[in-house]
Amino acid sequence: MSDTIVTHPLVDGAVGPGCKKVDPIVVADGVTRTFGGLTAVDVAHVEIPRHAITALIGPNGAGKTTFFNLLTGFDKPNTGEWSFEGHSLARVPAFRVSRKGMVRTFQLTKSLGRLSVLQNMLLGATKQPGENLFTALIKPLWSKREQAITAKAEELLARFKLLEKSEDYAASLSGGQRKLLEMARALMSDPVLIMLDEPMAGVNPALTQSLLGHIKQLKSEGMSVLFVEHDMHMVRHISDWVIVMAEGKVVAEGPPDQVMNDPAVIDAYLGAHHDTDLGDMTGANPVIEAKEVAAQHAAKKEGAI
Amino acid sequence: MDWGQILDTAAGELLSPVTAAYALAAIGIGVHFGYAGLLNFGQAGFMAIGAYGFVVPTLLFDFPVWAAFLTSIAASVLFAFLLGIPTLRLRADYLAIVTIASAEIVRYVVSTTGLTDVTGGAAGLSGFNGSFTALNPFADGIYGFGPWTFTANQLWIRVVGWSLVAIASVLVYLLMRSPWGRVVKGIREDEDAVRSLGKNVYAYKMQALVLGGVFGSLAGVIYVLPRAVQPANYGTTLTFFIWTMLLLGGAATIWGPIVGAMIFATLLTLSDGILRGLISADIITFISGTQAGQIRFMIIGAVLMLLVIFRPQGIFGNKKELSFNV
Ligand SMILES: Nc1ncnc2c1ncn2[C@@H]1O[C@H](COP(=O)(O)OP(=O)(O)OP(=O)(O)O)[C@@H](O)[C@H]1O
Ligand SMILES: [Mg+2]
Repeated sequence: MSDTIVTHPLVDGAVGPGCKKVDPIVVADGVTRTFGGLTAVDVAHVEIPRHAITALIGPNGAGKTTFFNLLTGFDKPNTGEWSFEGHSLARVPAFRVSRKGMVRTFQLTKSLGRLSVLQNMLLGATKQPGENLFTALIKPLWSKREQAITAKAEELLARFKLLEKSEDYAASLSGGQRKLLEMARALMSDPVLIMLDEPMAGVNPALTQSLLGHIKQLKSEGMSVLFVEHDMHMVRHISDWVIVMAEGKVVAEGPPDQVMNDPAVIDAYLGAHHDTDLGDMTGANPVIEAKEVAAQHAAKKEGAI
Repeated sequence: MDWGQILDTAAGELLSPVTAAYALAAIGIGVHFGYAGLLNFGQAGFMAIGAYGFVVPTLLFDFPVWAAFLTSIAASVLFAFLLGIPTLRLRADYLAIVTIASAEIVRYVVSTTGLTDVTGGAAGLSGFNGSFTALNPFADGIYGFGPWTFTANQLWIRVVGWSLVAIASVLVYLLMRSPWGRVVKGIREDEDAVRSLGKNVYAYKMQALVLGGVFGSLAGVIYVLPRAVQPANYGTTLTFFIWTMLLLGGAATIWGPIVGAMIFATLLTLSDGILRGLISADIITFISGTQAGQIRFMIIGAVLMLLVIFRPQGIFGNKKELSFNV
């Protein structure tokens, strides 16, 4: 463990996995989720800081998406409690979580294909009285709000470079454009905490740059951001805080520069190569190694029979 | 064979109360499937509930027509809740299985001998139309022209039936251009996405199920008003007829269910007339009249297969919507 940094302005006390924050927006305790014999999430304690951009990183299968699903009510934990702005949110249905201001996007995009891009956006808005079955029948009751949210949607679409597409079916968008649409749609409700699952996967570098600026802007407007990302440049560039998950657990957290040099993090990412120097990685022979792993797996299977 | 007569009967079918009932029921599953993405394969069940909900109180308790309409609607709302509460949280296919089974249960229940005093058993019920005809505002006489020549009573049921179709269509039009319709269509595309945006997906699905079910029950009432209730009519065949009409016209469209029902009903009568005409004129000798009744379904089936292959979006549907693999 690097002992150089022990305190941080966001942290109340010493920095370390599960450390207390000065002003946490989400506090989770003892959250576990198993799939059969596999423990996908096993988070003892974690706090997400308010008014900050927090990155959640970790290798494939670390449990990041599952943890997102649990926090937002899309999956049910085996055990655990968590609160958002001081209110317990455990076992609250997903739509209520969203109404409380904790809005998420999905790693595998969920654009509503046979609705136009603009309709997708409008669906993200809140307080539209026309969404009630009875008021829906009388247009004057909801057309004012519709105008207001349409203006807002168009402004967001312009920012995300999707305005020319607003009348097209969302199904006609490219993969990257769908990511952008989903992020823009989530912003329609002015969330308190926005949770982005790999927002930049498949988005071209130039646009990524401008979106990073946009995310920083969200923070300055008072929003808190939690995002999952594999691109370490992006993590380093915009996050104030980084939480590292591996095999379901929070194994490290801290400011980006410190975390990326943390042996526990390197260990989590590189697994078997933890003895190897990062510069030495080319020396390992992945083919031979894969064969060894496959042989072990076969032996295990035989033993099981 | 008398071509004039055959065409006359087929054209008359365009405006018949049965066609109006088909159209209403198709509008109902249009709301379910076309807009909300709910697979209701039990629309015949909703129609049966509607028919018995109207007829039983009329016969047993002398309910006036308006009250019988209300019990019919209330019964279908109840039925929709019964189906929806356990299944709407599950994946779409489960609703399909539950609705198809429930519709059969309804049919078996109303035809059981134990309930003969209430439902008339397998023979069904008749003689309930008096209070409805008593309300007829049209004076005795002959109305209309050509194939659309009606007696006062025939005109009355057609006016009521097609007015209900018009009201249902306007209602669906108003709802589907509203933000409510947007949420419902969003649920059809991906309910988790809609949930993540703070909408109570379960409540919207329930509302859509109830709405389409109520249209189904009204269809059931219009279906039986000019005749008697017979449980045998409410089999799965009826449900699939209605699905055919909906897909023929276009599922998520306003005119689709109406025109689909008209075409279907007319084709059914026309093919029947032609086949029977050919048999009685000894042009076709290898099939009997009863067989002809079944053969026309085969012909219609083939026509529909061609339609689905070459125009899968239906007559009014938007081809562009289908070009995406969503
Ligand atoms: N529905 C499920 N059924 C069974 N196992 C699951 C399910 N969802 C996730 N898992 C398992 O849980 C573990 C964590 O998955 P998760 O999707 O949370 O990983 P992740 O950290 O988001 O990975 P990635 O970076 O690849 O997106 C994986 O081993 C995965 O196989
Ligand atoms: Mg993931």
